[in-house]
Amino acid sequence: MYDSPSLETKVTDKAIKIAAQNVQVFYGDTHAIKDVNVQIQDKTVTAFIGPSGCGKSTFLRCLNRMNDTIDICRVEGDILLDGEDIYDKRVDPVQLRAKVGMVFQKPNPFPKSIYDNIAYGPRIHGLAKSKADLDEIVEKSLRRGAIWDEVKDRLHAPGTGLSGGQQQRLCIARAVATEPEVLLMDEPCSALDPIATGQVEELIDELRDSYSVVIVTHSMQQAARVSQKTAFFHLGNLVEYGETSQIFTNPVDSRTESYITGRIG
Amino acid sequence: MTDATASGVPAGKHTSGSLLEQSPRTKRRNASEARFRFYGMAAVGIGLVFLVLLLIAIVRNGVPAYTQTFLSLPIELKAEALDKNGNRDLEDIRKVSTFGYNPLLDEALLRVVADNGIESDYSGADLRKMISSSAAAQVRDYVLTHPAQIGETVEFRVLASSRVDGYLKGRVLREDLERDKNLDAAHLDIIDVLKDAGAVTRTFNWAFIFGADASESRPEQAGIGVSMLGSLFMMIVVLVLSLPIGVAASIYLEEFAPKNRWTDLIEVNISNLAAVPSIVFGILGLAVFIQFMHLPQSAPLVGGLVLTLMTLPTIIISTRASLKSVPPSIRDAALGVGASKMQSVFHHVLPLAMPGILTGTIIGLAQALGETAPLLLIGMVGYIASNYPDGVASGFLDPNSAMPAQIYEWAKRADPAYYERAWGGIIILLLFLMTMNIIAVILRRRFERRW
Ligand SMILES: Nc1ncnc2c1ncn2[C@@H]1O[C@H](COP(=O)(O)OP(=O)(O)OP(=O)(O)O)[C@@H](O)[C@H]1O
Ligand SMILES: [Mg+2]
Repeated sequence: MYDSPSLETKVTDKAIKIAAQNVQVFYGDTHAIKDVNVQIQDKTVTAFIGPSGCGKSTFLRCLNRMNDTIDICRVEGDILLDGEDIYDKRVDPVQLRAKVGMVFQKPNPFPKSIYDNIAYGPRIHGLAKSKADLDEIVEKSLRRGAIWDEVKDRLHAPGTGLSGGQQQRLCIARAVATEPEVLLMDEPCSALDPIATGQVEELIDELRDSYSVVIVTHSMQQAARVSQKTAFFHLGNLVEYGETSQIFTNPVDSRTESYITGRIG
Repeated sequence: MTDATASGVPAGKHTSGSLLEQSPRTKRRNASEARFRFYGMAAVGIGLVFLVLLLIAIVRNGVPAYTQTFLSLPIELKAEALDKNGNRDLEDIRKVSTFGYNPLLDEALLRVVADNGIESDYSGADLRKMISSSAAAQVRDYVLTHPAQIGETVEFRVLASSRVDGYLKGRVLREDLERDKNLDAAHLDIIDVLKDAGAVTRTFNWAFIFGADASESRPEQAGIGVSMLGSLFMMIVVLVLSLPIGVAASIYLEEFAPKNRWTDLIEVNISNLAAVPSIVFGILGLAVFIQFMHLPQSAPLVGGLVLTLMTLPTIIISTRASLKSVPPSIRDAALGVGASKMQSVFHHVLPLAMPGILTGTIIGLAQALGETAPLLLIGMVGYIASNYPDGVASGFLDPNSAMPAQIYEWAKRADPAYYERAWGGIIILLLFLMTMNIIAVILRRRFERRW
C-alpha cells in the first residue's frame, strides 16, 4: 500500500524468495495486518522494525504458517515461496516449516538434553544417516549458534538449565540444524549480551550466503548492522520497505523517520 | 486529587517517619495477616483432629479382626464312623457328610474338658457351641486328603466360635450372654480354664486377609481375600479400558479437535459426567451390560465396565488439565523445526503431561476401588464370595464381590463379629488406597525430576 513502485523495482536484483501479496491477518475481529505487500529476497537479511504491537511477529508467523496453530487467526491474501502459494490447500505446513525455520521471540528449548534439542529436527527429517553424522550436525549447529564452547562439556545436561541468553542461542542452533532455506528470527538477541549478540549477528551474516533471513528487531543499530533490506511496520501497515541504508538515512515516510529517530514507538 | 485530600490523609505521609516504627497502616495490615494465618492454622488443625479421630476409630475397631481364637483339639478319627467298610475307599469316605463328624468333635471336646479337670454337665453338642461350625468341614477335608490317618488321633486347631472369640477380645461380656442362646456363662468358665491351659490361643489371622467370605452364622471364618481378587480383576478391567480410552480422548479433544460448538458440548458433558452420582452408572450398567448384553451378573468384568464409565471422566479431565498446563511454546518449538502435530504431541507434550496423567489415572482408580453404590445394582453386593476363582477367565466372569461391597455386606449382617470384620476390611481398603496414592506421588516425582 505504502511501498512505492520505485522501491519494488530496486529489489529485483536478487531472486525473490518470498512474495506476499495483499496479506491481511485477523485475530477474531482484530485486524492485525492490513494489506501488506512485500518481496523478500533470497540470500539477503531482511529486518522488520516497528513499534511494539504493530504486527511484526504476526506477519513473520504467516511466513511459515505458525499462525495455523492459533484458532482465531485468519490469514487472507497470497504468500508465495519460490512462486508457490504456501496457503494452498495441497501444502502440508509441516513440509513448509522444514524449509522455513523459526526462532521465537521467547526462548523455548525442549525440556530435553542440549544434544537432543539440536538433534530432534535432523532426526525427524532423517538428515543424519548415522550417530556420527548426527554428532557432527549437532556440533556444527551449536558452533553456528555461538554456544558450542559453553556447552560442549555438558551436551547431555538439560537445555532448560541454561541461562536465558544461552537458551536463545540454543534455539538458534536448533533452527539452523534442520538446514532451512529461510530462517525467521523473532527478536533473537533480545536476551543476549553484546558479545553473544555480536556472535549471533556474525552467524546471521554468514547464513546470508546460503539462506534468506528475516529478523525482527527493536534495535535500530542491529537492523542497520545486519540487514540489507528493512521493512517498517506501523499499526498493522507496512509503511515502508527498501534498502536498509536508504530507510535509515533517507526515509520516504514521515512515520518511519519519527520511529527511527525515536519520536514514536 | 480532591478526593484524596478530602479523606484527610495528607498525601505522601508514608514517606516520612522512621523505618524503625510501624505506621498504623502497616500495623493494620500485619494484624490482618496474622489473623488470616490463625484461621488457616485453625482450619488445618480441625482437619488433623478429624483425621486422627478417624484413624483411632478405624484402628481400634478394625485391628481385632486380624487375630482369631483357635482351640487345639486332639480328635480321634474313628474308623467305624468314617470308613464303615474298612477299605479306605475314597468314594465311601466321601459319603460321610460333615454331620457324621460331629460325634467325633463332641467326643474330643468332652475329653479336653475332662482332661483339664473341669466339672461340667454339658453334653458334647453343648460344648460344640464353643467352636466354629466350620470345624467339622475342616476335619472332613483333612480326612479326605489324608485317608491313611483314619484310626489315628490327630491334633487339630479349630476355630473358636465368634462368641468365644469376642469374649477373649473383650467384645462379648458375660452380662451379654443372658439373652444369648448360643453361649452361656458356663461356657466362658470352660474357656478361661482352657486358655490358662494353653489349649485356647489367639494368633494372627491370615485367613481374614486371604480367606473367603463365610455364611451369616460363621463370622469367625470370614475373610476378605476372595473379594480382594474381585477388586483386582475389576481394577484390571478399569485400567486396561479407561487409561487408553481416556488418554486418547483427551489428546484428541485437547490437541486435535477443532474448537467449535460440538467440542464445547462434549466438554461440558464430560464435566457433567464426572458429577453424575455413581449409582446412576450402576443402573446404566445393569440395563446395558446385564439386561441388554447379557453379561453375567455379579461378575468383575461387568463391575469393571461400570467403574470404567465412572472413571473415564476423571481421567479425561485430569489428562486434559495436564495437557493444557504444558506451555504452548513447547508445541511451537516442535512445529517450528518441522515436526508434525502428532510428533509434537507424542514427542514433547505427552512426556511433559505424563506425571499429571498418571496421577489422575491413579486417583481415578483409587476412586473406583472404593466405589460401592454401582456394584449394588449389578449384584456384586450380597453375593457370598466363598470360592476362589479358578483361573483368569473365571476371575473376570464368575460371580464375585469387591472389597467395598464385601465391607458393606459385613456391616449389614446381624452378628457384631461381622461389624468388627467390616472395620478390619476398611483397614485393608485404606492400605490399598494409601499405596496407590504413594505410587502416584512417586511416579510424579520420578517424571518431574528428569529436568
Ligand atoms: N494470539 C493472539 N490473539 C489475539 N490477538 C493477537 C494475538 N497475537 C497478537 N495479537 C495482536 O496482534 C497485534 C500484533 O501483535 P504482534 O505480536 O504481531 O506484535 P509485534 O509487532 O510482534 O510486537 P512486539 O514488538 O511487542 O513483539 C497486537 O495488537 C496483538 O494484540
Ligand atoms: Mg513480537
